[in-house]
Amino acid sequence: MTIEARERRQPWILLSPALAAVVLLLVVPLLFIVVYSFWLRSAAGADTPGFHLDNWQKVLSDRFYRDILLNTLKIAAITTAVCAVMGYPAAYFIARSKGNRMILLVLLMLPFWISYIIRTMSWINILGISGALNSVLLTLGIISEPIQMLYNEVTVILGLVHFLLPFMVLNIYVSLEGIDTNLEDAANSLGATRWQSFLQVTLPLSLPGLAAGGFLCFVLGAGTYITPVILGGPRDAMFANLVFEAIIRQLNWPLGSALSLLLLAVLGALVLIYNRYLGMAQLAKGLG
Amino acid sequence: MGWALIRAYTVLVYLFMFLPVAVVVLLSFNASQFGSFPMTGFSFRWFETLWQNDAIVRAFRTSITLGLMTAVVSTTLGVLAALALVRYRVPGRDMITTLLIAPILVPEVVLAVALLLFLNALNINKSFGLLLMGHVIFTLPFVILVVQARLVSIRRDVEEAALSLGATPRQTFLSVTLPLLMPAVAAGALFAFTISFDDITGTLFWKPGGVETVPTQIFSMLRNSISPEINALGTVMIVMTVGLPLIGAGIARHLANRKGG
Repeated sequence: MTIEARERRQPWILLSPALAAVVLLLVVPLLFIVVYSFWLRSAAGADTPGFHLDNWQKVLSDRFYRDILLNTLKIAAITTAVCAVMGYPAAYFIARSKGNRMILLVLLMLPFWISYIIRTMSWINILGISGALNSVLLTLGIISEPIQMLYNEVTVILGLVHFLLPFMVLNIYVSLEGIDTNLEDAANSLGATRWQSFLQVTLPLSLPGLAAGGFLCFVLGAGTYITPVILGGPRDAMFANLVFEAIIRQLNWPLGSALSLLLLAVLGALVLIYNRYLGMAQLAKGLG
Repeated sequence: MGWALIRAYTVLVYLFMFLPVAVVVLLSFNASQFGSFPMTGFSFRWFETLWQNDAIVRAFRTSITLGLMTAVVSTTLGVLAALALVRYRVPGRDMITTLLIAPILVPEVVLAVALLLFLNALNINKSFGLLLMGHVIFTLPFVILVVQARLVSIRRDVEEAALSLGATPRQTFLSVTLPLLMPAVAAGALFAFTISFDDITGTLFWKPGGVETVPTQIFSMLRNSISPEINALGTVMIVMTVGLPLIGAGIARHLANRKGG
């Protein structure tokens, strides 16, 4: 074999295990559930193969599914907005602070390493019937009976914000960090107030980071399964909970396939739009 | 808008991030019967109960085995792929990269359903093997991203120097590239381990009945009410998942210093 031929084959040998894994464990399974979503569930024994539109008809026309899908998107949108409002000033502070930027950044990364389920359940210790907040309010005499503050939509959003905020801050920080501070100084020296130069120079330049953070928060938030189970009430189910119900509890795999694919289609469309207008490069920056 | 105001705001944001976690740690040392306020005294009793709870010890064993195996497989596949992408001119590079990153773009629930149903059709049931395959597939993109970022910064010249001095490509890889790559390999493996150790959504779909990892064990304990044991378990988890990377970073820095000095 010539050296060139070997040189050409080499990368494919190196890539093949990873590519095989992704194709066999992700691509083919996704195509498989596309097929499966057209099958019918049979009460006993194996599901019936074929081309039936029943599952899709149910998923797309049943108000129950549509309401939960819309509710899921609403919760993800509110979460993203709250993350942006909380995260922007914090990211700005880290990016512009003179001193211990390193410590602030490490602290910001720390939650990524702290177990998701622990962070979620930690709110029970704060807001639960016998949680910190109730015991403070009781001691101060503001309330006479502990009140249940958990298990509603607000606590679901709270848990999601707590989980997703670091993604937002990190992405905004990365883009603020890349802005030349001379630009702001130039605006100031030309007579702009600090607030004006922020609004007209810094904020527009940091929008890609804000968009990347927002995109991550929305997509991760909308796909979440655990948070509504732990912090939500019976009426706060999100779309992923429907999928779990169908697949694991009811064992209705054809219907579960259709539900999964609907979620994938909605969030996948977002990924494509984001990629089209902003590109994945900004996201990669945030990850590195 | 004053700087002091922004600072105060930032402090509040950090408090929001860390206060709930701090309360978990605090309550895990509570002597009281109940996993809640008020604190009645300082005690290690919940850590002892934890240690004597067979289910939890078993869950730890499962999680650690799964995490280690995931780290080994994922890092091997990831390092090879990253090498190909950075070191060779591969036709269709962008498409391949997108494909390899795809597992983090697909919602985890969807990935979990697809893998479960497909492997079931192949007569591979819920098992430890299925868990391992699942964990490998969603940790792989992170390993590739981390290793790639590091590889780009290793200068090609060093390798070329070795080659021109008569080393074979294999020798060059083993004695030049790999040692330089070691911190990235370690970081990738650590990443894979931590993500696997922390995963719950996929795991709930893939785990066979009776097998629990630490997060699913916590999840099933939460069904009843929050017991002091869960807080203690949370503290152990925090120490493990925060402590390990810090130790890892420390070792990496130590090695780097030794090499530099």
